Amino acid sequence: MSDITKQSLSELIKNIKDKKLSSTEVTKAFVERSEKSKELNVYVTEDFSAAIDKAKKFDENPNLDLKLPGIPMAVKDLFCTKNIKTTAGSKILNNFIPTYESTVTQNIWNEGAILLGKLNCDEFAMGSSNETSFFGNVQNPIDKDLVPGGSSGGSSSAVAAQLTPITIGTDTGGSIRQPASFTGTVGLKPTYGSCSRYGIVAFASSLDQAGPMAQNVRDCALLHEVISSYDEKDSTSIDFKRNNYVQELTNNIKGKKIGIPKEYRVDGMPKEIEDLWKKGIDYVKDCGAEIIDISLPHTNYALPTYYIVAPAEASSNLARYDGVKYGFRADGENLIDMYEKTRSEGFGAEVQRRIMIGTYVLSSGYYDAYYLKAQKVRKLIKNDFDEAYKKVDAILTPSTPSSAFKIGEKTNDPVSMYLNDIFTVPVNLAGLPGISIPAGHDAKGYPLGLQIIGKAFDEQNILNIAYAMEEKINFKNKITDWWIK
Amino acid sequence: MSKDKPEYLINRKDNQYEVVIGLEVHAQVTSESKLFSTSSTKFGAEPNTQVSLVDAAFPGMLPVINEFCVKQAIKTGIGLKAKINKRSVFDRKNYFYADLPQGYQISQFKDPIVGEGKVILDMPDGQKEVGIERLHLEQDAGKSIHDLDPKNTFVDLNRSGVALMEIVSKPDLRSPEEVNAYVKKLRSIMRYLGTCDGNMQEGSLRADVNVSVRRKGTKEFGTRCEIKNVNSIKFMQMAIEYEANRQVDLIEDGQSIDQETRLFDTKKNETRSMRSKEDAHDYRYFPDPDLLPLEVSDDFIEKLKLEIPELPDEKKKRFIEKFKLSPYEATILVSDNETSNYFENVIKKSDVKLATNWIIGELFAALNEKNLEITESPISAGNLSKLINLIKDGTISGKIAKTVFEHMMEGDKDPKKIVEEKGLKQESDPKALEALIDKVIDDNREKATEYKSGKVKLFGFFVGQVMKVSGGKANPQLVNEILKKKL
Amino acid sequence: MIVCDIFNYHMNIDLKTIKHISKLSRISVDEKKAEKLAGDLNSIFEFIEKLNELKTDNVQPLASVAETTLKLRDDEVKSKNLREQIIKNSPQENEDYFVVPKVIE
Repeated sequence: MSDITKQSLSELIKNIKDKKLSSTEVTKAFVERSEKSKELNVYVTEDFSAAIDKAKKFDENPNLDLKLPGIPMAVKDLFCTKNIKTTAGSKILNNFIPTYESTVTQNIWNEGAILLGKLNCDEFAMGSSNETSFFGNVQNPIDKDLVPGGSSGGSSSAVAAQLTPITIGTDTGGSIRQPASFTGTVGLKPTYGSCSRYGIVAFASSLDQAGPMAQNVRDCALLHEVISSYDEKDSTSIDFKRNNYVQELTNNIKGKKIGIPKEYRVDGMPKEIEDLWKKGIDYVKDCGAEIIDISLPHTNYALPTYYIVAPAEASSNLARYDGVKYGFRADGENLIDMYEKTRSEGFGAEVQRRIMIGTYVLSSGYYDAYYLKAQKVRKLIKNDFDEAYKKVDAILTPSTPSSAFKIGEKTNDPVSMYLNDIFTVPVNLAGLPGISIPAGHDAKGYPLGLQIIGKAFDEQNILNIAYAMEEKINFKNKITDWWIK
Repeated sequence: MSKDKPEYLINRKDNQYEVVIGLEVHAQVTSESKLFSTSSTKFGAEPNTQVSLVDAAFPGMLPVINEFCVKQAIKTGIGLKAKINKRSVFDRKNYFYADLPQGYQISQFKDPIVGEGKVILDMPDGQKEVGIERLHLEQDAGKSIHDLDPKNTFVDLNRSGVALMEIVSKPDLRSPEEVNAYVKKLRSIMRYLGTCDGNMQEGSLRADVNVSVRRKGTKEFGTRCEIKNVNSIKFMQMAIEYEANRQVDLIEDGQSIDQETRLFDTKKNETRSMRSKEDAHDYRYFPDPDLLPLEVSDDFIEKLKLEIPELPDEKKKRFIEKFKLSPYEATILVSDNETSNYFENVIKKSDVKLATNWIIGELFAALNEKNLEITESPISAGNLSKLINLIKDGTISGKIAKTVFEHMMEGDKDPKKIVEEKGLKQESDPKALEALIDKVIDDNREKATEYKSGKVKLFGFFVGQVMKVSGGKANPQLVNEILKKKL
Repeated sequence: MIVCDIFNYHMNIDLKTIKHISKLSRISVDEKKAEKLAGDLNSIFEFIEKLNELKTDNVQPLASVAETTLKLRDDEVKSKNLREQIIKNSPQENEDYFVVPKVIE
């Protein structure tokens, strides 16, 4: 089969289970395509030969009852992987080899999947374009010199370019949904507490969630089913009854109430986004859902709130990168000198900027004005959603205020870069699940995404809505393999 | 409290200064594993052998709280008659140091697990109440070793993450003696509760000491200095004395006192400034987003209350009321659980008054001399009780008992056996005693005549002689009686 | 764009402030970098000041969205001696200790 990499996860699993394909054949196909796709710069660490060995081993005695039998996959380099270098896209962890495995990746390997390698991302997941990575920017397979979104840019690009059938990313303010939207793929940010944070390099602990990224909703549901688990090693992990997300997947969303928040109609939003949203509304109506206008009055305050809360937590979470226990160390005359040089040379500009913001908003005299204020506004934002969910089952919005932009286009203007996350950030602040699905193209042929936001722990519902819409939209990604010579 | 109690004042020319002291005691929680990780807390292990990935702050590692440490803190709060906060919050205290792997210490800032309470001190001039401001749980740091290498500092993280209780007193202490009594009382309460072993040599109990001075009679507090991490009561007292005098000298000199952190140099017996102002710390406390608020139910607290043993104050009251001990005696006997247990075991089968005297007197002196704890006493409570009964029933005299006691200290032997083996039994046969006394009077005819002519003081001389001749074994009471008749 | 509204009042982050926070965050900053950072931070805070429009006096701050409380673990020693593993990644070799340049008080 020459078009193995074009198959969806569900197809690959079926073929492996039917013994039409072996894990080795599948793994080799993805490895070969990855080898030809170096220009995309999606991999920070390749583990190809080990992957093929593991696939061969799987084939010797295949356990076909597993959910991901012999399926190769690459993961974002924010997940700690035992004995495999884990960098978080940073120079400061350039040589770091964990002796442990994150819970989310362990869940994946337990279901029979095989690690292909570690995927590029913005440094410590801080970025919206994958341009802050120490390992260079990632190309979007949609077009040359186009950003793949961020921070899970290596992940979105790898799935879109079919270098991995599925992948996992992390989402703190939109880092799964925005890159999914920029690459014409599906990305789910689960409810806070659904996936364990154990073993994931932390950015902002109260916002970070791991989630699946795939070519379609069904694959996304399957991977979510695998990674979501209660974990005693994470005090914020929540013990709730998890669904069999694939088994329960249905396109019947008749009678579901879908909210349309007027505050997401921001000034200056391109008409094509507006049109896409309207089209999305028509699709859900077609499926028999009811559209209800709602208000989320504090939407405009979400981004400023996020840019206090996330950097504050990050400034503290990143204090452990001090050159003492692991990672990069610069020479210093004394301890303090070593700290200052290590952190100045080891962190990139965006990470340093955010550490500074975070340090400032927590510092004596500013805590109440910034950090405490932001926590209060966060409460108001959550209250908005709580109110809305008294009337509706889910909320439909655009995923991003624009399609993918060119590499370098926004690097000198942090605020305009931050505005990319305007539709995704409120979801993290409220701890809710959100999914981005490809819904159309702009004039340049770049993909555009729609976001469905659910109630807490109601992933099944938004997966169902996305599944129903996907059928109506019938999206086709326009990928020309321009990078393969 | 009596009004004319002796005050601790610092005198200069025309002025008298009062010293105001508050303590932040750091007490290591007795537990098997650390506050937020599952590594061992055992003392004295090889460097870095009790360090988990969480303790060393590896990327992606997360804290999970130890229930037992929470219980220990609440129990201590109950022992301090304090308010238990059903909801408390863990915060991060951010600063960089080589032995602080996370770059922050998890502590409790705004919402501690225990609120206001009190400790009663037994001072020679009466009782004194010291207010407790709060008690909170926090992580210990690791250890930096500066003297193994000229260019480098070595870091051992074994202690990193061990649970500490920080117990903050109100500025109610007024003298080094009160500080001594306060720390001892606190330690005693925690030992009764089993929440902290109070072992200062192993660093299980340390304190930051806040000292300020003010002219006698003024109400406002002076500017305070914090003396960091003092690890013995003696050093605390020395540091306070030095620091109070330093501050008074500054004031007398017309200078002001800088609010600052100071270090006590035990070799030079002085405090000195630790950090320049430029480096003033800004800890940027904020709620730890890896942890949720800690909530405990009434039921949880009530169950812990059932586990609280009788504490020193209650026990003291009982000893005074039930056994008619003096407050002084009771205070000494309840100072730690082991001593009071020993005492109660001794008096199960013997006279309370004698037992009290023998434990506080002979036993404590002998243990002190050998540098032994009461739990290591060569004389078991049962055998001490037997010895006391031998005195009580007249088998031996108090004096002989001391000899028997000395033998007992050499090894736990039954006092009856010692008395038999050494032939120390008291002579209480009136006939034998009469014969002895007759001989003594006979040998001292002249003195007997003097006595009869009114020199009654000589009675003591005759008693002494009889005791001497009997080798100390004569029953003194009987000797008295017979002598009176014969003379 | 609404979110870009520039709120009239905003404080100015000067070089002294940048120096102070760089010290707190242990990141060395030279003059050039400090100026760049001051510029960036001022534009970011300009946009953050938008929060001042909201009255929040009676709002309870939200620290975590997880609406549960802390789970408590048993007091058991599970982590064994990991010295070799732990020290393996450290930048300066030593069998027993982490080693850092001399601490000067």
